Parts: sequence; structure tokens; C-alpha cells
Amino acid sequence: MAGIAAWGAYAPRLRLSRKAVTEANAWVAPNLKAKGKGERSMANWDEDALTMAVEAARDALGPDDDRSHIDNLYFASTTAPFADRLNAGVVSAALTLEKSIVASDVTGSQRCGLTALGQALAAGGTSLVAVGEHRRARAVSAQELDFGDGAAAFVVTDGPGAAELLGRGSVTDDFVDHFRGDDGGFDYYWEERWIRDEGIVKLVPPAIRKALEVSGLSAEQVDHFCFPSTFSGMAATVAKAVGIKPEAVRDNLAAVMGEAGCAHGPIMLAHTLEDAKAGEVILVAQFGQGAEALVFRATGQGQRPARGVTGSLADREVETNYLKFLTFNGLVEWDKGMRAEKDNKTALTTLYRNEDMILGLVGGRCRETGVVQFPRTRISVAPNNPAVDTQEPYRFAERRANVLSYSADYLTFSMAPPNHYGMIVFEGGGRIMMDITDVAPGDVETGLPVRMVFRIKEVDEKRGFVRYFWKATPDRTAITSQSAQAAE
Amino acid sequence: MPHGIRDKVAILGMGCSKFGERWDAGPDDLMVEAYLEAMQDAGIDQTQLDAAWFSTHIDEIGSGKGGTPLSIALRLPNIAVTRVENFCASGSEAFRGAVYAVAAGAADIALAVGVEKLKDTGYGGLPVANPGTLNPQVMPNGSAPGNFAQLASAYRAKHGVSKDDLKRAIAHVSVKSHANGAKNPKAHLRKPITAEQALAAPMIAEPLGLFDCCGVSDGAAAAIVTTPEIARSLGKHDLVTVKALQLSVSNGYESQYNGWDGSHFHTARIAAGKAYREAGIERPREQISMMEVHDCFSITELVTMEDLFISPEGQGWRDVLDGFYDADGGVPCQIDGGLKCFGHPIGASGLRMLYEMYLQLQGRAGERQLSNPVFGMTHNLGGAPASNVCSVAIIGQEGA
Repeated sequence: MAGIAAWGAYAPRLRLSRKAVTEANAWVAPNLKAKGKGERSMANWDEDALTMAVEAARDALGPDDDRSHIDNLYFASTTAPFADRLNAGVVSAALTLEKSIVASDVTGSQRCGLTALGQALAAGGTSLVAVGEHRRARAVSAQELDFGDGAAAFVVTDGPGAAELLGRGSVTDDFVDHFRGDDGGFDYYWEERWIRDEGIVKLVPPAIRKALEVSGLSAEQVDHFCFPSTFSGMAATVAKAVGIKPEAVRDNLAAVMGEAGCAHGPIMLAHTLEDAKAGEVILVAQFGQGAEALVFRATGQGQRPARGVTGSLADREVETNYLKFLTFNGLVEWDKGMRAEKDNKTALTTLYRNEDMILGLVGGRCRETGVVQFPRTRISVAPNNPAVDTQEPYRFAERRANVLSYSADYLTFSMAPPNHYGMIVFEGGGRIMMDITDVAPGDVETGLPVRMVFRIKEVDEKRGFVRYFWKATPDRTAITSQSAQAAE
Repeated sequence: MPHGIRDKVAILGMGCSKFGERWDAGPDDLMVEAYLEAMQDAGIDQTQLDAAWFSTHIDEIGSGKGGTPLSIALRLPNIAVTRVENFCASGSEAFRGAVYAVAAGAADIALAVGVEKLKDTGYGGLPVANPGTLNPQVMPNGSAPGNFAQLASAYRAKHGVSKDDLKRAIAHVSVKSHANGAKNPKAHLRKPITAEQALAAPMIAEPLGLFDCCGVSDGAAAAIVTTPEIARSLGKHDLVTVKALQLSVSNGYESQYNGWDGSHFHTARIAAGKAYREAGIERPREQISMMEVHDCFSITELVTMEDLFISPEGQGWRDVLDGFYDADGGVPCQIDGGLKCFGHPIGASGLRMLYEMYLQLQGRAGERQLSNPVFGMTHNLGGAPASNVCSVAIIGQEGA
């Protein structure tokens, strides 16, 4: 039977204080004041559903950058950056998967993350499922407080792995609790009481019952029940309706990250896998024009992620500037200055010619001298040994690196000034002058350990194109371990 | 080693426009201003010019591409005009072209003119450059100060200099240049500043504040060169001749190979070493009378003092604070105010540096005149620390 061999997760480092939001909006929405508790994850300006999915996938795949074992890739999101460009193709290029994989985007509903996982489990072979969501909500809405941004990913294999699939149940019904047109706008919601009583309570249980029936299990045997909903107590209500014990209901992380749309069921599953004991039964379900339910049995085996949900949630920076959140989400028309007027048109020919360099951070390694360089060139950069045509592809994305030189630039246009960038030197060779993200003034110094992250480089607002590249970010695990060593 | 350029070419005349925010002047006006002064200084007429080199960096907002902008502005007699562009070292390239033409015997008298009209941008600082199709997909979204500022972090780390000490040293670089620029009627910025002002200025790119950055100016400069023999036949004496002209260009070593430490200019050391050999200079700290270096940012000037082998490595910041490069110091640097205060109209800057050295060597520098200079060195850099072109030129008294 197929199973989850490895899993990973990602939540953006920024956590917006809900109190900061409700206080800013108290003049117009005093009714939302009660929601001003805890924090929600907030994508940096250079993160979207796709970049977060890539980070979660890297967490699941681990540091070994040979990914030739992946046969299929599913990218699931309802907030993918492209309506017509295979988003999974970008994910694949970023992860340097083989060109021969089968890749698809799965979208259209809040349950599409679990749908993708279910499809991968049914497909056979080794699949990577990466689910990311960058939620959009209007200012002063309840949604902006309830929602969060994040991603989860799974490596699915034919064997049981860390969690063996026992059964799947699905219900499809065009129950429109909310919708979002193709104009890139916002969700339009119907009444909460109707969604709860006529939608979730009636459509989710049949999917759960079906999944349990296929698994040959009863509801009481479920040890972990993952069901995301922004309605309070909803998971407990569903659990009660199907006979799952109340203590099996998992924390939906509303207090610490908010609800990450179609990624949230997968995130809760990933979170559960971190502490499920061998033999325990996990049921994950998500609502959306019906429901999807999957039942697993934890094996205690498989590959644990370096970060996971717990690690992601621990790596946080509280943001109390609501205006920054609005700005990052394109909800404020602000004066970017003349320096931002430059045309960000992307030469697609150049992008494709340099696809592995730009999207995969692949450079070169000289067959003769072993010298590593970025980018790969016909004539080697090695001083006194300009060997010709000796370069083999060399992946930089998973290599450890340090800052050689940097500046925090207040002059150049940046969505999050000052723009930090510098010369990044890689262990094992090679260096790249690159942007440094998720940092504040004072965070960067020569010698700082950094790791690579896949991010938005530039947005071409005129044409609706998004450029991606890699950036450096402080390797906070390495920094902590350095400090610990220094203390000894 | 080739024979080199030493004493083969003499400067017949030079000119330089007033630098600054020249709201009144377009690139043509600036070129004409510099050219007329140079022609008057040379004492020749247009028909005696055999060829011209024209340097300008940013054609999007400036004079445009090709050789025609110069030829039309000056109404040159349909002679060869070659436009050269090599980042901020473009002016030195125009000079190099003209000097080489004369040294080769291809031209008896050649003209070099550099110009940049920057203040049609709409905002302070340099215009955002067009970086091509690949660079913007991978290079950081940066600026000139952000690129050069990185020297500071690497220099501090390499030499164990504290943030405060280095900040004080670069502040003095600018204080000194402002003091010099105040005495130069053609300079863009003519107000002396204090170290306190420099230290308290708004941050541009850490650790560079506003006063660590050079002026963004409009301006043009021109040189007319010929052989020493022709110069003498035209009645010139006490000639200023070219001693060395070197250019070193990055090949990716700094930016792609793990060798360079980020704290200095790899190319500058190569160009300086070759220039000293070409000019026959063995002890630069003692023999160089004065210099104009590419102080686009204060930190650039500081590390350049070591790259030109004037200050020992790691000690440049101490020499700066000791006043060694002040007007009354061991090797006065930026006696005309430098890029910092004379200004930095990119395509003109290399020629502007030579203009000051030429005036000083001829004893015509007015209030700024140094006593008995023999060798004047210019260092003109383009690009960024990790990838650049570096020109080092030495001119001096003929026979020295």
C-alpha cells in the first residue's frame, strides 16, 4: 500500500499580530475586536504560494539534491501565480527535478491539497506533492484575521513509509460557501450558519465515513483528526457527528498561524506526523465543494523533516505593522518613487536559455580542476586554468554559505527597505552576489551563515509576470549552533 | 613588457566645464564649453585635429550613441570620432584612444572629450541603468552605493577595524575633499563640512551616509594630445607628458571564484603595478606628487590608497585619519575636490582628473596649487568592486 515517505512544511517567518490589525481597524470594525488575539503567518513581499510550496518541498526532500527518484509532481494551490503557465513546472525547475516527470497543477477548491495528495497516493511510483497558499483578503475583513499563509509537502511512495494510506473518501457537491472569480479578486462568502449546518456538517461526514469504511476502521479508532476550519469548534462538531473521540481533534493552529486555505489540511497532517506514534490512526479531511478525507496509519518510520511545522512555527518574527501587511498584499496604492519605474519585462528567451541557472540555482563544476562556479560558462573561471567545455552542472541551492560582504541599501527601490544584498560564498566553492531576504538592519554581518531560499525576484505588474530567483537568508539553525559552541 | 607610452605623447591643451547641476546646459553645451577651453589652451584650430574620441556612459538620457553627438556639437571637420564607453572609466578611455593614436603615428593631434548630462533624470542619484536581459533576473536589485559599501564590511572583517573607526576614517575622506572642493571655482559642491556632519548624515547604503557619496553632476572635460615634438614646434615648453596608461578589467575572478576577499580592488592593484613600471616609478609613496582617484564613495578612496600601494595594506584608514592625503599631507589626494565635490559626470570624470593634474603640473591651479609637483596620478574606476574596469594613468613633467 502507498504511503507518505517524507513530509515537510513551511510558514513564512513574519507573524502578523492580530491585535495590531483589530486596533488599527477598531474605528470602522469594532465588532472584530474579539478576534484580536494571537498571530497569523504573513508572507513576505517576495513569497507566494509557489515559493512557499518549494520551501516545504525542500523540507520534505531533505538536503540531498539528487531528486531523480521523483516520478510525479503535484502542485496544489488556489492562489497559484499563473493561470496559464504550469506552476508545477516552476516548482520542478526550482527543485531541479528530472524533465521526464509527470507534473500537474491541482486547484479550484479549498480541498485541492488533499485531492492532490490522494491522487499521488493512487498514482503509483514516487510522487512529490507540494501545496502552498498565499491567501488574499480585503482589508478590515474577518478573513484577513482568520487566514494565514503557508505550505506543506509530501513525498509519496509505493511503500508504507512514515504513514501508510489506509483509505480515501470523497464527496463532490457544488455547494458554494464562497467563491472567487478569475479576476484575481477576493472571496465572496455566504452566511456562516448555512455553510456550517447545511455544508460542512452534511458533506464532510460522508467522505469521512467512506474513508474509514475503505480502511476497515471505526471512527473511535482515529487517534488524530485533522480538520481545518475558521469556524470555532467546527472540527469537534464534525468529530462528534461521525463518532471520533473529542481528544483526537487536532489543534488547527489558528492561534499561531491562521488558516492557510488548501494548504491547511496538509499542514495539519504534516504537524500530526511529527508526533504520531507508530500504529496511530490519522484522519485528515478538508471541506470544499464537498470534501476529501484520507486515513493513514503512522509507522514510526520514514524521514523526519529538518524543519516541519513545529520548526516553521518556531522560526518567527512578530510583525505589528498592519500597513506593511496591506502593502505586501497589494492593498495600498503607495508611492514607490521613480526608481521603481523601471520596466521589469522578462526576456522569456533568456529565461529559458538559463532555466537551470535562474530557477534551479545550478552552476558549474570543472571536471578537470573541480573548481565550482556560478554561472556555468564554457571557459572556466579558475585563474591560470581557463579550461574549455569542462563544466558539469553543479547545484548550489542546498549548499551552506556565508556572507563575505554586504550592504543595506536605502537608495534602491525595495518593497522592504533597506534592500540587503551581498557576496555569498559557498562551502565547497563558488560565490554569488545576491539579495538577502527576511532580514532587518543589524542582522547581517560578514561571516553570517546563510542558506538559499527560492523567492520572487521581481513582479512585472504591467504584464502580470513574476520573476523568481534564489536569495540568501540567515541560516538561523547554524547561527544558533555557532552561538551554542561559542558559549561552551 | 611592451615599451609603453612613457614620454611619447604630450598634452597640448585641456578644458573642463563647470560641473554641477547645470539646469542651463545640455550635453552639447557642456561639450562645447570644455572643448573651447582646450582649443584655446592648445592654440590650434579645428583643421589641425586628426581624430577624436568621445566618451559618454549613459546614452539613454545623455547625448546619445555613436560619434555623431560630438561631431555635430563641435562641428568637427568630418574627422574620425569614436565613441567609447567603459562604465565610469569612460573618460580615461577617450584619453587612451587619443594618446594611442598619436603614439602610433596615426594622428598628429587628437582630441578626447567626455561628457555626461545626469541631471535630466528627475531624481537624485544616478539613473537606473538598463542591465540587459539576464542580469536583472539574477543580480540583486542594487545601487552603486550599495555595491561599493560592501567594501566596508569586508575591509572591517579582514583587518579587524571597528565600525566606528572605519566610519570616522571615511568621514575624514569626505571632509578633506570638501575642504579642497571649496577652493575650486569649477567644482559642484563648494561648502566645507565637518566630521560631525558627515557622521550624522542620512544613511544611503550602510555604512555610507550622504556625505560618503560623490556628487551626481553634469559636466564635460576635454584633452588635446600630440607628440612632444609637435608640441614644441607649436611653441610649447615645460611639457606635461604621459608617463603611463593602464587599464585592468575584471574577468570574473572576483565575482565567481573563491579567491578575492571583497575588501579591495583586484584590478586596481594590477593596473597600478603596471603603471608604475611603465612610468619607471619604484617608490610611489615618495615619488607620486599628487593624485586624483575614483572616490565615487569615501570607502572606495580609502581602500584605493592601499590598492595603489601608497598606504600599506590594512593601514589606509590610519593614513587617512593622520591627514596623509590632505592638501598639506604627504600625497595630496583629490586636490580639486574629487568626484566627491568637483562632481562625477561619468563620461567626463577620467578627463577631469587629468585636467587637475595637468593644471597642477603647469602651476596653474590657483588657490589649490601644490608646490613643484612632478608626477600626477589618476585612478578611474568603473563598475563595482566585484566586477570592474580600472584605469591608472600617470602624467608628469617631461623627462621626469
